[in-house]
Amino acid sequence: MEGILNQLPIGLSIGAVLLLIALGLTFTFGQMGVINMAHGEFIMAGAYTAYLLQDFADRNAVLVALPVAFLVAGLMGLILERTAIRHFYGRPLDTLLLTWGVSLVLQQVARDLFGAPNVQVLSPTWLQGALGPMPYNRLFILLLAVGSVVAIWVYMNRSAQGRRMQAVMQNRQLAATSGINTGRVDQRTFFIGSGLAGIAGVALTLIGPVGPTLGTYYIVDAFLVVVAGGLGQLRGAVIAALALGLLNSYAEFWTNASLAKVIVFAVIIAFLQFRPQGLFVLRSRALT
Amino acid sequence: MTATLEKPPVTEAPVKEPRDWRGPALFALVAVIGLVVMPLVLEPFRLGLLAKYLTYAIVALGIGLAWGQGGMLTLGQGVFFGLGGYAMGMHLKLNDAGDGLPDFMVWSGVETLPALWEPFRNPVFAIAMVVVVPGAIAWLLGTLVFRQRVRGAYFAILTQALAAAMVILLVGQQGLTGGTNGLTNFFEFFGQDVAADSTQRGLYFTVAIVLGILFVGAWQLQRSRFGRLLLAVRDGEDRVRFLGYNPATVKTITFTLSAVMAGIAGALFVPIVGIISPALLGVVPSLELVVAVAIGGRFALAGAVLGAILMGYAKTYFSEELPDAWLYLQGALFILVIGLAPKGIIGILGSLRRKKEVAA
Repeated sequence: MEGILNQLPIGLSIGAVLLLIALGLTFTFGQMGVINMAHGEFIMAGAYTAYLLQDFADRNAVLVALPVAFLVAGLMGLILERTAIRHFYGRPLDTLLLTWGVSLVLQQVARDLFGAPNVQVLSPTWLQGALGPMPYNRLFILLLAVGSVVAIWVYMNRSAQGRRMQAVMQNRQLAATSGINTGRVDQRTFFIGSGLAGIAGVALTLIGPVGPTLGTYYIVDAFLVVVAGGLGQLRGAVIAALALGLLNSYAEFWTNASLAKVIVFAVIIAFLQFRPQGLFVLRSRALT
Repeated sequence: MTATLEKPPVTEAPVKEPRDWRGPALFALVAVIGLVVMPLVLEPFRLGLLAKYLTYAIVALGIGLAWGQGGMLTLGQGVFFGLGGYAMGMHLKLNDAGDGLPDFMVWSGVETLPALWEPFRNPVFAIAMVVVVPGAIAWLLGTLVFRQRVRGAYFAILTQALAAAMVILLVGQQGLTGGTNGLTNFFEFFGQDVAADSTQRGLYFTVAIVLGILFVGAWQLQRSRFGRLLLAVRDGEDRVRFLGYNPATVKTITFTLSAVMAGIAGALFVPIVGIISPALLGVVPSLELVVAVAIGGRFALAGAVLGAILMGYAKTYFSEELPDAWLYLQGALFILVIGLAPKGIIGILGSLRRKKEVAA
């Protein structure tokens, strides 16, 4: 019984990290038809940002790093979008391969800058301890994800920019004919999505070491969240991410770590038999 | 000013054209080079390397069929390659161990042979599994996924997740699969010393001939009615459905064929290279082969094969000469080819030839 309870914070916090990662993916995929494999390297960039800021902020680096990592990763995403990805809109498979090349290069850059071995970011002293079975650091990650989701929801539904973003996602041509600068909207989406990956990277420093291949461990699962949640769906991403995080940690608990991923995969394939397009589907009259 | 419209090859009616002998002639030339010139010229070590690249070329051929012809971007061919490889590796391990247990099982404290291993003593069973297991898994996955019209990027993501899950599964089952080290240290291959030059030479001929046969088979498939249907599914799945065909069947068959090819390649890879391990079949190796196909030219089967062999050589050369630069170079090559020459080397050659014809 205690074991079951102990698994809960792990599952929830992994789900929260997956959510932060998947939000960017689901919006760039849903809005622009882009599969960004380099997204994982934005996570890595966020984590290394926290590592570097330790020199200035010591143990509170994580807190300082949150906005900085958002900017760093966001700008990286923006640069990638401007220089390469925008030429490939609507060709998801090509963007997948292209951005994988980018991700290889970025990993090697990280290896050259910071060395191949993992580095550690010390978490703040005030995050040591636990609230019942919930360690403070995992609670912090959960709150971070909740905060980000609320912020994204408000942005999408209560701001003019966010409503333009939704318009482009639903029907790009119609949005463009209504006078929306779709290129500008794409840039913003990319910036925000990549920035969230940076925040996820900072969150990951609280529960593990940082290495050049950090992103590769999460990117595949994050894509599964997108598949299960439905394209460009905030609600879908939230539910799918938490479900996947919990499923992962409980599958590991009840069987063992090596079977867990296979079980998760089987569950997702089974789920797609009922909901081939994910939990929620963006209804649109656009022809495929 | 009227632009000359190039007819897309897809919509051409299958009229009987005068037989074009350039293709078969080129194939014969390559076959002579592969089967006569290379074994005479190359020293055993280099011939072994070429044999390894040829196994990759078999996987690439499958990717060319599934992705280039059928539009199914499969990022998990390493899984099928690995299944074939492990089936062969298990047989070789048991053969070497005789009545005892394979060495790695002894090290990880396994006392009796797992039931899963037992039938692999039989070489016929092991060879059958090389084809059956990858084929069955691909068929099951294909049926479940394509039936629900899950396609494009979704399919790519799922195959990638399968590759990731497979690696973790293999690493975790130390006593059953040899964990991270995989299966290695083979001594005997069907009665021959596996490391002997003569065995390796024989293996080279085997893999070259298998590649040749599969290539001709894939080529015939591509030219057949089924091949035309596959192209049609790639370019307009819904239209094919409206015409009364079931695209799911077409895709499942093709995906299964490509998986079987990868399985055969994996089985040949094991005696040639002497190891099969999770690192050889995960997300990264699977993607690398897709890239090789893209670089060679995904829309032509020959391009897929060419790309895999060239990438193999490039990788060996650069990781010997400039190990640090390889990842940068690979990434850059990748970005350039996808960005600037989506039809790969074959596409570049084709447009050069067309230019020459126009000039003449």
